[in-house]
Amino acid sequence: MNQNNENWDLVIKGKTNLFDLRLKEVWRYRDLLRMFIRRDFVTVYKQTILGPLWFFIQPIITTLTFTIIFGNLAKIPTDGAPKLIFYMSGITIWGYFSTCLVDVSKVFISNSAIFGKVYFPRLIMPLTIIISNLMKFGVQFIMFLCFFAYFYNQGTIHPNLWVFFLPFILLIMAVMSMGIGLILSSLTTKYRDLTMLIAFGIQLFMYATPIIYPLSTVPEKYKWIVQLNPLVPIFEYMRYAYLGVGNFQITSLVYSVVFSIVILALGVVIFNKVQKSFMDTV
Amino acid sequence: MSVVIKAENISKQYRLGMVGTGTIKDDLKRWYYNVRGKEDPFLKIGDANDRSSKGDSDYVWSLRDINFEINQGDSVGIIGRNGAGKSTLLKILSQVTQPTTGKIYTKGRIASLLEVGTGFHPEMTGRENIFLNGAILGMRKHEIIRKFDEIVDFSGVERYIDTPVKRYSSGMYVRLAFAVAAHLESEILIVDEVLAVGDAEFQKKCLGKMSDVSKGEGRTVLFVSHNIGAVNTLTNKCMYLRNGNLIEYDTTDKIIPIYLNDDLNNIRGLKEFDNTPNLNENKPIQLTKCRFSIANDIVEVEVEYVVRKSVGSVVALQIINAKEVSIITLIDTDRDSDIFKRSEGSYMVKFTLPLSILAPDIFKITLSFSDMKSERFDYHRDILVFEKNNTDANLTRDGIIFSDPKLIGETKKLYLGN
Repeated sequence: MNQNNENWDLVIKGKTNLFDLRLKEVWRYRDLLRMFIRRDFVTVYKQTILGPLWFFIQPIITTLTFTIIFGNLAKIPTDGAPKLIFYMSGITIWGYFSTCLVDVSKVFISNSAIFGKVYFPRLIMPLTIIISNLMKFGVQFIMFLCFFAYFYNQGTIHPNLWVFFLPFILLIMAVMSMGIGLILSSLTTKYRDLTMLIAFGIQLFMYATPIIYPLSTVPEKYKWIVQLNPLVPIFEYMRYAYLGVGNFQITSLVYSVVFSIVILALGVVIFNKVQKSFMDTV
Repeated sequence: MSVVIKAENISKQYRLGMVGTGTIKDDLKRWYYNVRGKEDPFLKIGDANDRSSKGDSDYVWSLRDINFEINQGDSVGIIGRNGAGKSTLLKILSQVTQPTTGKIYTKGRIASLLEVGTGFHPEMTGRENIFLNGAILGMRKHEIIRKFDEIVDFSGVERYIDTPVKRYSSGMYVRLAFAVAAHLESEILIVDEVLAVGDAEFQKKCLGKMSDVSKGEGRTVLFVSHNIGAVNTLTNKCMYLRNGNLIEYDTTDKIIPIYLNDDLNNIRGLKEFDNTPNLNENKPIQLTKCRFSIANDIVEVEVEYVVRKSVGSVVALQIINAKEVSIITLIDTDRDSDIFKRSEGSYMVKFTLPLSILAPDIFKITLSFSDMKSERFDYHRDILVFEKNNTDANLTRDGIIFSDPKLIGETKKLYLGN
């Protein structure tokens, strides 16, 4: 086997090291990432009647529903902030998180045709989803800013300089949703029932996250359980920075950051293991 | 000559049947063995991949202990019947799936063309799709920009380059897709049956491009096809796979006769075919029996079939020679199948063909019942085989149609001279 000492560029083998992530290869395919994002941009409005309006319609209707049901009927307090903007702030960022998570978790199933034909670093796909969804988020955030400006003019909300911290918060959400999504995607290739569970679970998870209620309404006794949810600081940040309500602490944000990084690392390792053989199970 | 691909003991195991039932159980068992440092229990079992015999095990070996080396600049054909493991081997080489055991060492960039047009988005223009498809195949943006004009030129769709590809005809679509792939700058090119589509002129162009790639540019090409003719012209070496095993790996002119001989031995001497055990009440029209005979230099095929529901269908009989060249197709009715809706009942149709027009060879007969447009009601491939012996060994000419010695061209002397 003296020939094996040659400089082979690539060794295809059955069992590979769990941590052989080939991230360099992902970097080499960065043009592909750019193309996929471009594709998503170019094709999103094609052959729809209302086009980009859909991006507005959904959050507005959800906000109105929440305002009527949870605000006016159930009379859940909003820490003194106007109900409409309170719900909208939560819905806007929740929309980004949940879409990313669900889309990433389906990445193998929805791309099985292309994955079965040609090899490129599979991580490109989840990355595309995370970045392409920013476009949708951007549109919805602009809408949020319009309402924000209106309420600010009225003097009912009290934003502070933390508002400029949002890109970092988005990054945490992107990392976290991608991490969780990657883990789920690896499971859904084999156990297809999970896709149903994810769609259902994400709905339930929304109620476990302070979106329709502020953290302050949670009884002191159970607060620590709710605070285990790494999304809590993100939503509390949103209200604190933009509406001037709630209790946002930098220490709990550190917890979110650490959680996101750990979950992403775990997700990438699992994803990498599954992507090599998923074509045989999907 | 340096080795660019070296495969050692490549095997691939697949699990048959429903994925889902029993998966967790097997997974847990596998995991338990793994934890104790033992070998995967499921790797020990498994049948050879033979579709025709029913195996006992849920696990089959699609490839078993394949070893080979491919030199730089070689053009290697991979042949074998359906299910021999050709596509699995290509999938492993192009990293779409991984081998169960074994290793493959490669040198240089590998580009695979398992299907042209992968990742084409119908809503995007030809131009946008060239960039997207190129990137999927592993090209950098600047490479695509450099090759862009060449690609468009090769595809011949300049006029529609800014039109969404959903407006393209299927031929244009394939042209564009092949053009992108053909201009990849890779050291190793893997091609799987891409030439099944597109018109004859374009197929020729593709074959030409592929032989340029291997002969002119010194790149290594792996080519899978059922078209033995194409394999013959394009490759200098061949791998013959059967039931997941590598039977022979040698020069193409040695392998093709072995393959053809093997292939025909399986089916030679079929004079009758009885389909009655396989009758399916759901099929509107179905073959029941067919018989074949040669008498007085006439090939006669009697086809019996049953019509359960009146559908517009024609009976077509195709004669294919040993090199997979289609010689002729005989049809029982005129082309317009709508007119030929037969009422329920059993029928018999007799096809005849003069044997003398066929060049000596082995011929396979395929029967199909279809409406000639979209729906194929029943289909039986290679169910009858006959052979025309070469009666006079001196009488060999190239071609699939044969002329009687009496009918060869007449020669006249036109002028006297030296």
